[in-house]
Amino acid sequence: MKTNDVIIQFTAKIVFFIIFFFSIHIFLAGHYTPGGGFVGGLLTSSAIVLLVLAFDLNTVRNVLPINYTYLTATGLLLAFATAAFPMFLGKPFFTHFFDYFELPLLGKQSLHTAMLFDSGVYLVVVGVTMTIIQTIGEDE
Amino acid sequence: MLQVLYIFIPMLAAIFVPFIYKSIKNIHTGWFVLAVPATLAVIYATYIARVAKGEVFYDGIPWIPSLDISVVSYLDGLSLLFSLLITGIGSLVVLYSIFYLDKHKEKLHNFYVYLLLFMSAMLGVVQSDHLITLYFFWELTSISSFLLIGYWYTRDASRFGALKSMMITVFGGLMMLGGFILLYLMGGTYSIRELIAMAPNLVQHPLFIWALILLLFGAFTKSAQFPFYIWLPDAMEAPTPVSAYLHSATMVKAGIYLVARFTPIFAASELWIWLVTGVGLLTLFWGSFFAVKQTDLKSILAFSTVSQLGLIMSLLGAGAVAFHVNGAADSMFKYAAFAAIFHLINHATFKGSLFMIAGIIDHETGTRDIRRLGGLMSIMPLSFTVAAIGSFSMAGLPPFNGFLSKEMFLTAMLSLQNFEFFGFDTWGVLFPIVAWIASIFTFIYSFYFVCRTFTGKYKPELYAHKPHEAPIGMLISPMILASLVVIIFFIPNLIGDTFVKPAVQAIQPFLYNAPEDINIHVAAWHGEITPELVMTIGIVIIGVLLFVALPKWQGIYKLFPRALTFNNAYDKMMLALDVGLNRVSRLYMTGSMRHYLLYMFSGITAISIGTLFVKDAFSLSFEGTAPIRSYELILIVVLMIGTAITIFAKSRLTAIIGLGSVGYTVALFFVIFNAPDLALTQLVIETISVALFLLAFYHLPKLGKREERMRFQLNRAIISIAVGVMVTLIALSAHSQKLVPTISKYYEETVYSKAGGGNIVNVILVDYRGFDTLFEITVLGIAGMAILAMIKLRMNRKEKPHENK
Repeated sequence: MKTNDVIIQFTAKIVFFIIFFFSIHIFLAGHYTPGGGFVGGLLTSSAIVLLVLAFDLNTVRNVLPINYTYLTATGLLLAFATAAFPMFLGKPFFTHFFDYFELPLLGKQSLHTAMLFDSGVYLVVVGVTMTIIQTIGEDE
Repeated sequence: MLQVLYIFIPMLAAIFVPFIYKSIKNIHTGWFVLAVPATLAVIYATYIARVAKGEVFYDGIPWIPSLDISVVSYLDGLSLLFSLLITGIGSLVVLYSIFYLDKHKEKLHNFYVYLLLFMSAMLGVVQSDHLITLYFFWELTSISSFLLIGYWYTRDASRFGALKSMMITVFGGLMMLGGFILLYLMGGTYSIRELIAMAPNLVQHPLFIWALILLLFGAFTKSAQFPFYIWLPDAMEAPTPVSAYLHSATMVKAGIYLVARFTPIFAASELWIWLVTGVGLLTLFWGSFFAVKQTDLKSILAFSTVSQLGLIMSLLGAGAVAFHVNGAADSMFKYAAFAAIFHLINHATFKGSLFMIAGIIDHETGTRDIRRLGGLMSIMPLSFTVAAIGSFSMAGLPPFNGFLSKEMFLTAMLSLQNFEFFGFDTWGVLFPIVAWIASIFTFIYSFYFVCRTFTGKYKPELYAHKPHEAPIGMLISPMILASLVVIIFFIPNLIGDTFVKPAVQAIQPFLYNAPEDINIHVAAWHGEITPELVMTIGIVIIGVLLFVALPKWQGIYKLFPRALTFNNAYDKMMLALDVGLNRVSRLYMTGSMRHYLLYMFSGITAISIGTLFVKDAFSLSFEGTAPIRSYELILIVVLMIGTAITIFAKSRLTAIIGLGSVGYTVALFFVIFNAPDLALTQLVIETISVALFLLAFYHLPKLGKREERMRFQLNRAIISIAVGVMVTLIALSAHSQKLVPTISKYYEETVYSKAGGGNIVNVILVDYRGFDTLFEITVLGIAGMAILAMIKLRMNRKEKPHENK
């Protein structure tokens, strides 16, 4: 029996983008207001999970052909590289740098190496969550 | 600076080997690799003249300065000699391997990477002046030896031999590390030279004897001394170039090097002299005696190596005797250390060539079994010549270098009976006797090796394919070594002055200040009939008689029961470890998730409540708490109902929903208590885990009838109540007392000025406690990979059920 899930599928398509952009916002804003890489990553995953629930794993994989294990590895690499980078400048492991810049359109913003580290966290969280969900969901 | 880097040149070169192998298929990779040891040999050769004058070269770079660990290259006579052996024999072995290993069939990139790794490690061992770096390189030789023995890893015997050698040498290495640490505790420095300088003070120390014993464990396991020699015959599964290089010329001599290097420190000890000389002689006898039993060419050579290493070891022990004798520099006691180093050089030449010949025979006839070989003299005349030179030198016949060092060995052993301390005046007479008997067996196995292979009747039907002489490229290396065997016999004093004396000076700094102080002249004929000469003639006569009669008495080897051998003991021990530990693990690793949770929860509870009691940390105070508001009570009721539903639900779906409601309620608590970050995270996590449960829903087993009717289990009830009590107690106690000022003040003050952020929670995650996050995401990544691997593995099994049959 094929269920009719037009409504949930239609809604999911819209809500996916809302959650996704919200997750990006929360991730970027994390340093000053509630949020961060961990929550951001989880929210992004939940957006994808919503798609998975509304459609199915194969459809989602066709739409988002991402290898999540690679994503995890990239995130870990980025996090470790950010942490290790100061050692080449003769500073202790995990020294963070930040400064404030005038950016076009965005005005005065702070740029922070912690942000790079947080992107690593974000990627790992998305990668691992989706790896787990994909493998368990696929397992027949 | 450069001198230290030389050690690492082979290691660096190893990085390029796989790329060369992949991109240049037409030329054998060995030709490129050959440049490395050859260049290094030339570089080290430039040091010879200056070191022979007694100069030493020191160079170091810090490695871990905070722990006072540095990489140091210290070149004196001893380390230069070893470095030259490593690079010189290394060049010949690489040249030989080019013809031995087929460039199309073999995994040359693996082979040469391991070989170069070994070369660096070995150079590091002999040049390090720092105990910890010495240990590091020492273990690296064990590891590279493991990889090289297991090079043909599809063979069972290779893997077994590799593991055995690793087990035994790493065991010894760890013991040695213990000895090193004791030395550091005694002397307060890692530098061997500084330790040698303070040697007289060290002797008084109560730990001295333990350092000595532990250090000898390392030396004896590495140099295959009795009873640890059992790994060496099994290591012969390695390709022959490896056997020639690691297991006869270099790595097994690391133990010799260690004993030689530490002689200045330990020579004062009676135990050192007894152990080194005694074990050395026992090994010499044992190895030579059992060499005659072997039927495999390489096994004969392996046992002969064991025995020759014992010979050198016993000479080093005898060299330490000179420490206790006044005016030893001009007495009969001066010969032992000289003989040790001299024989070390000679052994490298003749044993290296013999191993290569064994490889050639294996390569050209397809067998190494001495019972099938015979009569190859006319077919392989060049190989025969080299083998004869090597064997006769090993047997101690003129005009080959083995004769000279064997004579000196006998001199040194004879001198021991004149030593008046430590009970040598009574037992000392045993040393020359054992040495003499062992020399007879050495003579027998040398002839056994060469005669059984090359003389006798040629039986073509026993060979897989028609044997023929080896290609000339393969013969170059053994021929160079064989000609050295002859040349050294005629110019022993040139070798003695350039190589041996500087090394001896490093071993016996208590006797000599400079290499030219050593008053030893090597001669084949001393102008009169000496006791040594009589002994040699005796060895030859009795050796020939026994060799001719060999078929009559070889049967005695069958009398030794297999059950009493050391190999058997090793096998039994490994099996017992394997089976025993497996049994212990199975006692608690039941495979049931519930059991594991029981262990974890009871463990956590016991530790936490125990700590609370021991530290008397329990306290209760409601000071400064806010009143409980009505909607908090409502949330608590909802929480409890959700928990009850989760536990008592009859269907999985209900349980999942119950669990979800618990999670969301907790998130609401976070909202009420002004923790938006936590609330947000908790909400998303709850959503995702509920989704995960739904996805996995189909695959979960149905709640069985058995579980539907929940049996009351007392131990589980106790543990669950205990966990609840523990959490409550800890929460109350933590709230009730402030032992240290809270850190949040610091965060508040610095979050903007130092960390450039506004949200403390996130700044803690990425900056203040970034390490935690870094390792958390690592663990997360590992967990993800593990889940992926486990599930994929199961799926593959289902697809291919025949695979495990």
